[in-house]
Amino acid sequence: MTTTLPAYDEVVARYEPVIGLETHVELGTNTKMFCGCPTDFGGEPNTRVCPVCLGLPGSLPVANKAAIEATIRIGLALNCSIATWCRFARKNYFYPDMPKNFQISQYDEPLCVDGYLDVEVNGETVRIGIERVHLEEDTGKSLHVGGATGRIHGATESLVDYNRAGIPLVEIVTKPIAGTGALAPEVARAYVTELRDVLRGLGVSDVRMEEGSLRCDVNTSLNLPGQEWGTRTETKNVNSLRSVERAVRSEMLRQAAVLGAGGRITQETRHFHEDTGDTTPGRSKETATDYRYFPEPDLVPLAPDPDWVAQLKTALPELPRLHRRRLQQAWGLSEADMQSVLNAGAVELIEATVTAGATPAAARKWWLGELSRRANETGVELADVGATPAQVAELQGLVDAGKLNDKLARTVLEGVVAGEGSPTEIMTNRNLEVVSDTGALTTAVDEAIAANPVIADKVRSGKVAAAGALVGAVMKTTRGQADAQTVRTLILERLGVSA
Amino acid sequence: MTDVTALTATQIAGLVATGGASAVEVTQAHLDRIAAVDGRINAFLHVDTEGALAAARDIDARRAAGEELGPLAGVPVAVKDVLTTKGVPTTVGSKILQGWRPPYDSTIVQRLRAAGTVMLGKTNMDEFAMGSSTEYSAYGPSRNPWDTDRIPGGSGGGSAAALAAYEAPLAIGSDTGGSIRQPGAVTGTVGAKPTYGGTSRYGLVAFSSSLDTPGPCARTVLDAALLHAAIGGHDPRDSTSIPAPVPDVVAAAQLGATGDLSGVRLGIVTEFGGEGAEPGVTAAFDEAVDTLTKLGAEIVEISCPHFRYALPAYYLIAPSECSSNLARFDGVRFGLRTGDDGNRSLEEVMSLTREAGFGPEVKRRIILGTYALSSGYYDAYYGQAQKVRTLITRDFTAAFERVDALISPTTPFVAFPLGARTSDPYQMYLADLFTIPSNLYGGPGISVPCGLSDGLPVGLQVMAPTLADDRMYRVAAALESAVGTFTPPAL
Amino acid sequence: MAAISREEVAHLARLSRLAVTQEELDTFAGQLDVILQAVAQVGEVAAADIPPTSHSVPLTNVLREDVVTPGLTPEEALSGAPDAEEQRFRVPRILDEDVAS
Repeated sequence: MTTTLPAYDEVVARYEPVIGLETHVELGTNTKMFCGCPTDFGGEPNTRVCPVCLGLPGSLPVANKAAIEATIRIGLALNCSIATWCRFARKNYFYPDMPKNFQISQYDEPLCVDGYLDVEVNGETVRIGIERVHLEEDTGKSLHVGGATGRIHGATESLVDYNRAGIPLVEIVTKPIAGTGALAPEVARAYVTELRDVLRGLGVSDVRMEEGSLRCDVNTSLNLPGQEWGTRTETKNVNSLRSVERAVRSEMLRQAAVLGAGGRITQETRHFHEDTGDTTPGRSKETATDYRYFPEPDLVPLAPDPDWVAQLKTALPELPRLHRRRLQQAWGLSEADMQSVLNAGAVELIEATVTAGATPAAARKWWLGELSRRANETGVELADVGATPAQVAELQGLVDAGKLNDKLARTVLEGVVAGEGSPTEIMTNRNLEVVSDTGALTTAVDEAIAANPVIADKVRSGKVAAAGALVGAVMKTTRGQADAQTVRTLILERLGVSA
Repeated sequence: MTDVTALTATQIAGLVATGGASAVEVTQAHLDRIAAVDGRINAFLHVDTEGALAAARDIDARRAAGEELGPLAGVPVAVKDVLTTKGVPTTVGSKILQGWRPPYDSTIVQRLRAAGTVMLGKTNMDEFAMGSSTEYSAYGPSRNPWDTDRIPGGSGGGSAAALAAYEAPLAIGSDTGGSIRQPGAVTGTVGAKPTYGGTSRYGLVAFSSSLDTPGPCARTVLDAALLHAAIGGHDPRDSTSIPAPVPDVVAAAQLGATGDLSGVRLGIVTEFGGEGAEPGVTAAFDEAVDTLTKLGAEIVEISCPHFRYALPAYYLIAPSECSSNLARFDGVRFGLRTGDDGNRSLEEVMSLTREAGFGPEVKRRIILGTYALSSGYYDAYYGQAQKVRTLITRDFTAAFERVDALISPTTPFVAFPLGARTSDPYQMYLADLFTIPSNLYGGPGISVPCGLSDGLPVGLQVMAPTLADDRMYRVAAALESAVGTFTPPAL
Repeated sequence: MAAISREEVAHLARLSRLAVTQEELDTFAGQLDVILQAVAQVGEVAAADIPPTSHSVPLTNVLREDVVTPGLTPEEALSGAPDAEEQRFRVPRILDEDVAS
C-alpha cells in the first residue's frame, strides 16, 4: 500500500491518540515457572528440559515461589493491589512452541491489579494506570528452515527447541492512556523506560529488550476530539525503546492516513519492522481464536499471606524516579541538565561511570557529548553504543593523568567503540600517548624555531602571542601527541622570554 | 508347593518374608499364569517379563543380604497403562501413544518399586480412561473372567480382570468417574478410589485433572489397604497432593475384619433408589444392607438432592478438562505422527494424526469439552457444572454430619455382554451413576463384592468423607468378613 | 430442537485439530445432541449465589523453592519424537495463520 502519510503535526492537530502497552518480562529466576529446569541462556537445544516443560503425558506443574514473589514485588512497585486469592488458568491454542498446546497463564484473576506508574516527559509527570500484572509461562523457540531469512513464511519445516519453554513471564498491562496528544510516542517510550528501570531496580529481570527478556506490544487508536475512542490495533515485535516511540508514531500516521481517506481501522495485530519503522498487518482479530480459558486444575489457588506481602512492600528498593532526584542533587545538576541526561537515557551509564572513578562532570561530558552523538548517528541506544562505563572512566583517568589530551582521548574513544580494546590498550597499540619526553620535544621546538626565524624574532621582541604559530608547528610534527602547554613553555624558554 | 497365584498379597508377602517362596518363584508363577490365560482375557497390553524377573531377583538378593523389606516385598502387581513407566511402553490404551516408552517413572510406580513389589506389566483400559467396559481400548477389549463374553468394566477393566483371573494379586487403577470401583464390582474384586490428593497423579496420563485419582485394586480388602498405604501420601511433584499422612487404612481393614460395626452409622442415598439399578443388583444390595445391620451398623436414609445432577456435571467437567489435557497429543514431541508427506502443513498433519490416533469416544469427549469451554457456552455448561459440584459437596458434607459413611450399589448393572452399550454412548455413561458423586466431591469410595446376581458379581460401594479413607476400609472389611470373597469359575 | 448442529460439530472438530470424516460428523452430531440434551440439566439448578468448585482439595499456595533439579538429557527428551533434526523437534511447515499471540 503506498498511501502518502500526512505530517505528524497535522495528525495530532486533528486526532487524539489513545495508547496502551502490554509488556512481557522474563523473570531472572534460577528455574522455570513450573519445574526445576535452569533458565540460563545459551545452552545447546533441548538441554534445559524435563517431562514438565516438555509437556510429556503425566507430568504436572508446581509453581516457583521466587516467581510468585517477584510478581508481587513488581505489583507493589507499580502501586497495585495484590490479590488475596487467585488462580492460574489455561489458555488453549495449538502451537508447536507450546509443549502442552495450552499456556498456563492468568485470566480473570491476575495476581496484581489496578496500579500506576508515574513517568516524566519533558519535565512533567504523567501517571500511567496499570490494569494488571500477571504471571504466565514462556514458549519454546522455533527455527524456521527453508524459507527466506528464518521467517515462518515460506519455510518448509521448523525445528523446535524447548529450552525457553516454561520460563516465568510477567505480563504488565496498562490502562488506556489518553490525553497525551502529540506526546503519545514519547509517553510510550518514557513508560517502557521507567518500567524497565523499575524492574531492573527490583532485580527481577535483566530486562534486555534485544535478547527478548523485555518485550512490548503497543496498542494505538485515534479519535476525533469529543468522540468515542477509535478502533485499536496491536503492534507486536517492538524490541527497543526507540522502536516503542517509532511504532506509536508510525501507527498514528498510518491510521490518520486511512481515516483521512475515509477508510476504517481494522482491529488487528500488526508487526513492527525495525528496519523500515513501518508496521504490517498480522492476524485479524475478527478471526481470533477463542482461547477457552478455564481454571488450571493441576495448580491450586494462590492466596498470598498479607503479612508476607507487607514484608515484601517494606523491602522494596527506592523507585528509580526518586533515585534520580537524589542523583541530580549529588551531581549538582540543574533541572534542565538532568532532563538532558534523562532524555539521552544516560542516568545509569553516568552513575556507573562515576562509580568506576570518574567525576560526575566528566562522565556526563562523555556520555552526553561524543557518545550520544555516535548513538544518534548509528541509530542505537546509548547503552549499546559500544563503550562501557568502566571504559569511559578509564579513558577519563588517562586524561586526568596527562597521558591523553582531549583530542587524543576522542581518537581513543573511537577505538573503544570500534571494539579495539580498552582505552589503555588502544592508546598503547596506536601510539597515541602524549609526548612528555622533553628531549624529543626540545628537538621539535628547535626545529620549529629554525624553520620560522621571522616568527621567532617577533616572540623574542616580546610579541608572546606570536608563539601560537610555533606551537602549531610543533603539534603538527608531533602529530598532536604533545601537550600544547608544555610546548608553549619550552618555546618561550628557548627564546629567552619569560612566560 | 501350593499354587501361589491363588494366594492373597498378604499371604504371598508372608511366604516371601519367611523364605517359603522366592520372589522369583512367585513372579514366574504369575508370568506362567498370564501366559496360560491372558489370550482369553486380554488383561495385559504389555508383559514386562524381563523387568519383573529382574525386580524379583533384586528382592531375593536384598532379602538374602538381610535387608529389611516392606510389607509387600516380592508381591507381583499389575499396573494400569495410564501410569508412566520409564523405558516400558505406556499407551493409555490409545494408538496415539503406540510404542511410546516414557523417559520417566510415575510417582506411583516409583513407590511400588520402593515397596518391593514386582511389576508384571501394564494392563488394558478404555482409551485415555474414557469408558466403562474397556471396549474403547485401541487394543481390543478385556474380558470378564466370570463370563468371557461379558465386559470386565472400565476403564480399568484390565486391572480388575487380571485380579479375577489370578494373573496378579494386586493391581493399580485410576478412578475419574468410577474406573476403579465399577470394574471391581463387575469382576467380584475390591477397588478403592482414595481421597483426591491422597495418591499422587505425577505420571498419571491425565484425563480429567480435577477428578483423576490413582488407587489400589485387589481381591481382598486388606490387600487393597496394604497397597493403598504403599502408594499413598504426599508428593511434592503434584500440587494437588495433600500434605498429610495416609489414614491408617490397614489398621481399619484389620479392625473391620473382626466383623463388628457397632456404633457405625451408614447412610443410604434416597435419590439412588429410584435410579433404576437392575433388580438383581438391588436384591444383592438389600441383602448386604441386612448383613451390615447384623454386624451392628445403624442404617439411615439420607437425601442428597443434587446427586441427580452429578452425571450431567461430570460429563461437562471431565470432557472439558480432557479437551485441554489431550491437546498435547499432536505428533510433535512423542507418539504417533500421520500424514507428514513433506507437503502438508503442521496443522494438517496434527489433525490427521489426532484423527488417526484417537478412537471415537475420545473424539466425542474432546469435541464435547471444546464446546462446553467455548466463550458463548462456558457459563451455561462448564461454569454451571462447577456450581453443581459445589452443591454435591454440600450434600456430602451435610450427609456426613449425620452418618459415618454412605453406601450404595457400586454400579446399576452387572457385567453386560460385549457390544451391548457401545452404540449409545449415554447408556455407557450410566454405568458410573453411583460412583461419580465421590469424584466430584473428592472423597474416597471403595467397591467390595457383596453377592451374586444370576451368577455375576455385584459390588457394594462405601463412600467416606475426604481424608477418612480408613472408614470405608473398616466397613468394607466387615462386609467381606461376613459374605466372603468370590471366585469365578475356572478358566 | 437440536442442541448442536452438524456444522457446529465440524467447527469444533477443526478447533480440536481432528480431521473427522463425513460419516463421523453424522454420527457425532447425533450422539452429541443426545448427550448435550442430557447434560444441559445442570442448568436446572438455579445457582446464582453458588460459588463454583474448580478444585476439590482445600489447598492454597503450593509452591516450590527456586532450586534447579535434574532434567532429561537431550537424547531422553527426543527419544519419543516422531522426527528430530539438529537436536530439535522437527515439524512440518507452520501456516502463518497458526501463529498465535
